Amino acid sequence: MKILLCASKTPDTTAKINFTADKKALDANGVQFILNPYDDHALARAMDIKEKNNSHLTVIHAGDAGSEAILRRALSIGADDCIRINLEPADSYTVAHEIAHAIQGENFDLIFTGRESIDFNGSQVCSLLGEMLNIPSIDFVTDIQIEGNLATLKRFIDGGEETLQVNLPIVISATKELAEPRIPNMRGIMASRTKPIKVVEPSGDAALVMLEQFEPPVAKTGCTFVDAADAAKLIDILHQQEKVI
Amino acid sequence: MEENNQGSGNFVDRFEFHDYYLTEEFLTEEHKLIRATVREWVKKNVTPIIEDYAQNAKFPVHLVKEMGEMGLFGPTVSQKYGGQGLDYISYGIMMQEVERGDSGIRSTASVQGSLVMYPIYAFGSEEQKMKYLPKLASGEWLGCFGLTEPNFGSNPAGMTTNIKDMGDHYLLNGSKMWISNAPYSQMAVIWAKDDQGIIRGVILETGMEGYTQPEIHHKWSLRASSTGELVFDNVKVPKQNILPGVKGLKGPLSCLNNARYGIAWGALGVALDCYDTALRYAKERIQFDRPIAGFQLTQKKLAEMITEITKAQLLTWRLGVLKNEDRATPAQISMAKRNNIEIALNIAREARQILGGMGITGEYSIMRHMMNLESVVTYEGTHDIHLLITGMDITGINAFNG
Ligand SMILES: Cc1cc2nc3c(=O)[nH]c(=O)nc-3n(C[C@H](O)[C@H](O)[C@H](O)COP(=O)(O)OP(=O)(O)OC[C@H]3O[C@@H](n4cnc5c(N)ncnc54)[C@H](O)[C@@H]3O)c2cc1C
Repeated sequence: MKILLCASKTPDTTAKINFTADKKALDANGVQFILNPYDDHALARAMDIKEKNNSHLTVIHAGDAGSEAILRRALSIGADDCIRINLEPADSYTVAHEIAHAIQGENFDLIFTGRESIDFNGSQVCSLLGEMLNIPSIDFVTDIQIEGNLATLKRFIDGGEETLQVNLPIVISATKELAEPRIPNMRGIMASRTKPIKVVEPSGDAALVMLEQFEPPVAKTGCTFVDAADAAKLIDILHQQEKVI
Repeated sequence: MEENNQGSGNFVDRFEFHDYYLTEEFLTEEHKLIRATVREWVKKNVTPIIEDYAQNAKFPVHLVKEMGEMGLFGPTVSQKYGGQGLDYISYGIMMQEVERGDSGIRSTASVQGSLVMYPIYAFGSEEQKMKYLPKLASGEWLGCFGLTEPNFGSNPAGMTTNIKDMGDHYLLNGSKMWISNAPYSQMAVIWAKDDQGIIRGVILETGMEGYTQPEIHHKWSLRASSTGELVFDNVKVPKQNILPGVKGLKGPLSCLNNARYGIAWGALGVALDCYDTALRYAKERIQFDRPIAGFQLTQKKLAEMITEITKAQLLTWRLGVLKNEDRATPAQISMAKRNNIEIALNIAREARQILGGMGITGEYSIMRHMMNLESVVTYEGTHDIHLLITGMDITGINAFNG
């Protein structure tokens, strides 16, 4: 079986987010980048399946050479090889298109993405990939078991959980319930020294999205408490100050 | 408590690294990956539980296997014997991150890697290496190192523990004191004098007749590390248990050299943890309507802390380069061990003050670190002994006996 993990790079969860002066890009100064946490959960589950079925696990990533530390970590955890698409990702469509392009003819049986990346929270790559590769895509997966060619999946739905069965190949997006992230060990780090990171150029024909500018959300202000007996004051605030009624 | 390896609930380790002079530019990508990896492991497996274990004076023995699995034991030993074949900066970084969690856990790793695995690796026979190193590297076995005796601490050359040649075996008598890991260990490397009065390395296995490992209780320091005595009462030692490759004090001293090098990095980890805690607390704690970080007296404390940390980072990194090139002298290592523990102790004490009453409780790591450092400043050569080593090195005059 061939497994693929689509990995993205995101700012560390504690990073302070600023934009460049023209508001067109994240100001990466002093920002630590990590493997997107949901991808880390996906990687752990992909490793479980790889170890059980003796499969081959490839990690694919769209990003510049600065991402290689993150890929090296994935290789240390146990992925067999990496493909880096040499492109700074700007939107989900481009990423999905370039991944589909890069893995043409590779016939992966099982493809993982995270449920979303924690920077742009797009949640689109999984479904886009399913469409582009013409295979089933299943979002927000909380459990996956593989028997031969059949995958049994659990996923979140509104107010409950759904269990479904589907034949491989499939693409799924991982929730944090899927598996506890793994930590590399020194043996894995040493082994990763000789594992390949293949760099491929993007097709470059997918620019459907134009970026105008980024705007940080307005800082949240404190809570105003209104006495329960003073309904008139509440209405006044909603009407005059907040202008929502 | 043994079942509760996940710690008490909602503890979050907020540690952030500080690198004022961008010293990490000296590191390779692999060094940085090792650092991030060990830090992640410590945040997940050490800091959430360590306070409980320290308060209860229990050794978290379950961590031994995990440390082996992580590759924290003997990382510079070659892969043939279960090690990783990593360089000394990697080893130092690991000790920094582990000790950032707790000096007791770092002590376990130092003893296993530098004091037990190293002498077998450097001075052992091929059979000894194959028999012991893989088990020690994986954490299946825990080892201890017996040098100090009740009457010979700073002056180990005077030791009285001895082996007598009985023809087909040796007979071992004497005792060792203050031995880290002893009560939980499956084997030991101890140092004893032979019939000619020459110091030899001896490998012991738990269960040998006449060999016991009683625990020392009521420590106020390294409470999450287990310390004991080793008592030898006519222990029959097979001849193949002697380390063939070394004779004299040089044997134990070369082990200490490696361990002290790791301790220099480890103490830096403690200093960073205390500074990080104090800095965050000072920015969040309001008194007289402003963060206490806004008072000049607090700023003086914090500014001096980061200055000392930065100096120590540069010194320690340079020592790592020399160690990798096999050029670090024992006296250079002494200087780093002594300096880094001293600054860590001072930083712990100042950081404790910045936290006021909160610094007294186990909610924060500072006071545990401060108490731990009292052992670290004593073992592997006391503060003053290291000063005398530097003194002898620069003057050429031995002041130990006068
Ligand atoms: C928690 C803990 C764990 C330990 N683990 C181990 C271990 O695993 N293996 C092991 O072998 N040992 C271990 N030790 C022992 C440690 O190495 C010794 O305690 C240390 O070497 C000091 O020896 P001592 O306690 O006998 O003190 P002493 O040598 O009696 O020293 C007492 C004081 O006298 C001073 N002094 C001594 N000689 C001189 C001199 N010439 N000039 C000036 N001042 C001098 C010292 O600096 C010190 O301040 C451990 C100790 C502790 C506390």
